[in-house]
Amino acid sequence: MTRAATIFAEATPSGAGALAVIRISGPQARQTLGRLGASVPEPRKAALRHLKGEDGQTLDHALVLFFPGPNSYTGEDVVELHVHGGRAVRRAVLGALASMPGVTPAEPGAFTRRAFEAGRLDLTQAEAVADLVAAETEAQRRQALRQLDGGLSARSEAWREVVLGVLADMEAHLDFSDEAEVEASSPAVADPLTRLLGEITEELAAGHRGERIREGIEVAVVGPPNAGKSSLVNALARREVAIVADSPGTTRDVIEVSLDLGGFAITLCDTAGLRETTDTVEKEGVRRALDRAAAADLSVMVLSGPEIGELSADLERHAAAADLVLVNKVDLLERVPAVVAGQPAIPVSVRSGKGLDRFEEVLAQTVAARYADTVVAAPVTRLRHRDALEQAASALARALGGDMATAPELVTEDVRLAARHLGRIAGRVDVEDVLDRIFSGFCIGK
Amino acid sequence: MAVLWDVIVIGGGHAGCEAGAAAARHGARTLLITHSWNDVGALSCNPAIGGLGKGHLVREVDALDGLMGRAIDQAGIQFRVLNRSKGPAVQGPRAQADRGLYRSAMRRLLAEQSNLTVMEEAVVGLRRSGEGAITGVCLSDGRELKAGAVVLTAGTFLRGVMHVGDKAEPGGRLGDPAADHLGRSLAALKLPMGRLKTGTPARLDGRTIDYRGLAAQSGDEPSEPFSYLPGTLGGQAQVACHITHTTPSTHALIRANLVRSALYGGAISGIGPRYCPSIEDKVVKFPDRERHQVFLEPEGLDDPTVYPNGVSTSLPADVQTAFLRTLPGLEKVEVLRPGYAIEYDMVDPRALRPSLEVRQVPGLFLAGQVIGTTGYEEAAGLGLVAGLNAARRVGDSPPWVPRRTESYLGVMIDDLVTRGVDEPYRMFTSRAEYRLHLRADNADRRLTALGVELGVVGSERARVTADKVAAVEALTRLLSNRNLTPSEARQAGFVVNDDGQRRDGLTLLGLPEARWEEVVRAWPDLAPTPRVLTEVVRTDARYRGYLARQESDIRAYERDEALALPDSLDYSQVGSLSTELRTKLSAARPATLGAAARLPGMTPAALTALLRYVKKGRAA
Repeated sequence: MTRAATIFAEATPSGAGALAVIRISGPQARQTLGRLGASVPEPRKAALRHLKGEDGQTLDHALVLFFPGPNSYTGEDVVELHVHGGRAVRRAVLGALASMPGVTPAEPGAFTRRAFEAGRLDLTQAEAVADLVAAETEAQRRQALRQLDGGLSARSEAWREVVLGVLADMEAHLDFSDEAEVEASSPAVADPLTRLLGEITEELAAGHRGERIREGIEVAVVGPPNAGKSSLVNALARREVAIVADSPGTTRDVIEVSLDLGGFAITLCDTAGLRETTDTVEKEGVRRALDRAAAADLSVMVLSGPEIGELSADLERHAAAADLVLVNKVDLLERVPAVVAGQPAIPVSVRSGKGLDRFEEVLAQTVAARYADTVVAAPVTRLRHRDALEQAASALARALGGDMATAPELVTEDVRLAARHLGRIAGRVDVEDVLDRIFSGFCIGK
Repeated sequence: MAVLWDVIVIGGGHAGCEAGAAAARHGARTLLITHSWNDVGALSCNPAIGGLGKGHLVREVDALDGLMGRAIDQAGIQFRVLNRSKGPAVQGPRAQADRGLYRSAMRRLLAEQSNLTVMEEAVVGLRRSGEGAITGVCLSDGRELKAGAVVLTAGTFLRGVMHVGDKAEPGGRLGDPAADHLGRSLAALKLPMGRLKTGTPARLDGRTIDYRGLAAQSGDEPSEPFSYLPGTLGGQAQVACHITHTTPSTHALIRANLVRSALYGGAISGIGPRYCPSIEDKVVKFPDRERHQVFLEPEGLDDPTVYPNGVSTSLPADVQTAFLRTLPGLEKVEVLRPGYAIEYDMVDPRALRPSLEVRQVPGLFLAGQVIGTTGYEEAAGLGLVAGLNAARRVGDSPPWVPRRTESYLGVMIDDLVTRGVDEPYRMFTSRAEYRLHLRADNADRRLTALGVELGVVGSERARVTADKVAAVEALTRLLSNRNLTPSEARQAGFVVNDDGQRRDGLTLLGLPEARWEEVVRAWPDLAPTPRVLTEVVRTDARYRGYLARQESDIRAYERDEALALPDSLDYSQVGSLSTELRTKLSAARPATLGAAARLPGMTPAALTALLRYVKKGRAA
């Protein structure tokens, strides 16, 4: 007879904190409390308990919660121990658990996997939990929460229903054409399919923004040499909590720093200076800087105040195309122009720090204006989802390009494929393939 | 004294005939027991074979050297390919049969079959060993016959009850007794059962029908045979069907008499097929329709009987005559036999392995209506597989389990044994996810070589098909080695862009509008290629892109199919399954993970749990 092992892990990060939560799930979850010398509290009510080691010594005074299965997160009996966060206490309690027979430390993602297997979560929800735990900014957290509510799977299921409805008409046309009860003419499928393709295409566009929120919105900082690009990036990195320390790019011409700005994860990329040059190495640097600006989600043009009057035509053009124009070194100017290259200029002195607040505010507003809707809509944030939607969209596009009069079976085939791909989002097919990838992306104890 | 047979087949309907012949082709000493030799090969409902999905099945039966295709070719009096305008994958051959000719063709094919003996008797019971395996059958005269395996094709005879209006009497088919003793013997096995119903219309005297003013529907010219073997067509005259329709007064009459219908009077509890409603159903469920089409199908060249397709009914006989006379052309019609509804028991097909062997009773195979299907073609397909697997069991060979990726037979058996039925199961092309591959035109290329390996295909067919496969391959190769510039292609009549790209012959033939004539215009040396080859190569070429796209699907499917779930799996021990799914899984006992995934209501979570249990549970 096989029984799932009882697993445990810290549900809180392993660094020191005031409290640490240890979660235990499995058939023996109740018994572990007894072995720790504590009685089982009323379900879902927090109770204070003294946890004791094998030798009877008190390990900690802990807040204890009991969630009986199947209505728990994992579908099994779950016990939560809220212990004091010190390293010694945590180690003692974890050690006591590990020494119990039939109780083992959890593999990464094991809790969520159990929840998924118990039917408590569908695939997108399981992925959302991973995102929620990994969420470092407010926008990421809200997006993950939305997805945990089943936003994406609900929509893809709704689409699938539409496709299945159309498909039913098409199949009837094929399978019952010899019966007078079925309309002799081709079913009207173009309209609903066109509408659906439009919605999916829209979702994919929004999805790109959703991925940015998950992975960080990229802001390229471009400008002529010595305009103060690096100083700006460094100054912002010092003022804000940098999520990731400076990491040099593959070449020295792109430097990145990630920070949390107004709840959004933002990656600032410093780029090589833009100027006309004949030096081939430098030319390459300029080309890369421009590529980077084009590939980034937003671009900020940094210009040097003292040189503002003598911009080259190229620089004018780049500035006009940028999302924001920042004029640095305004402390060296007598008069700051309000408009540069047709864009409102943001005056800043990186050296004195003057105007940085204002710049951050404008940048945050620009980001929010572009991405706030996306957060609410819980879009396609995973490559897996996007792949399925893209496949569904291209199947629909093929179907719409087909000829229902002469080759209805081929048009129908593409609509069938679209339904399958939409079904993949909530994990209706290809389950085994995606599972390992999803669950290996987890850290312990969610 | 007991006589020993390898395989005994009970029942001489479409399932029984194919089962007996398949077992015998495989080399088993086979006995087919029927209660009436005269009724072997009877078309007891409509006088037609084939159609969409069904025609595919007949071609697959034929590709495995079964009888149905050859019998209908002998007996056909109107051949038509349905959906001709719609692409080869959804085209299905269909033919009206002369009932008498069909019956004699089938009986002749059985008589010619070596290793096969037919006995006219009634089977009253099954014999089992102490371990529960089947050992033989008992006859009504008290004799016992021993057998290594038994194929039971009881049709609708198990606790069959026929309803004509408010009159009900036991019976499996008009004029035949129900097989009650056998039913009790089967009941003793305690298999899960269900109750279904089906119906049939009245039979009309064609001499009293006025065909003037009715639209006629003729067959294709020339007739396209079902069988892949050459020279199977009977060559008799071809006839037309006629089309009439119900009228508002028909509907009024039916409505006024609904309480006297067995169906609406509450006498019937079995579940009928949604796709084959009685005229009472049509009138009640579609009150806005002013007319329903009715096909008048002749039952034979020398037989005045006409089958009015579309008005099956369980109304009392007098009401049937009255409402039929409200149809144009039928004003003076005489009814030869009233229509009736029949209720019967079926064994839940989830009690079967995919080999069609009853899981609890080793050696007992079931096929046809008794496991919940409807239709001659479905029965024939199941009979062939059951008979073959019965013979393979006796010969200690592993059973053949057709796959969904390879045949409609595979689709049907997988649907039945994993999902069960809640109405009589009929084949549709939409049931096949690999429909573009599973075509009526390539069943021989899909199955015949496999059938040779399985030992169910005779040498003549093996040779004919091998020759055809080689010819198709040669033509395909030849076409892919020739190519044309856009202007050459346009000169030949192909519709292509002037993009400077050379296109090979296969690509050109695969263009939506392309016909073989254009190929011949480009390469006159190909003119003598027979049409049967050019058509299949054109279809292959046309679907090539789609089939390539489907391949990854098929691979994923086969991977899941490769993961066998043990027959002994105790679902109560699999963690994290809902009670509902546990019950479903225990009832269906899916043979593979793929089959489990196709159970209705199955969730990815449950599949994962199952996968996990099976992967590590083997050791535990």
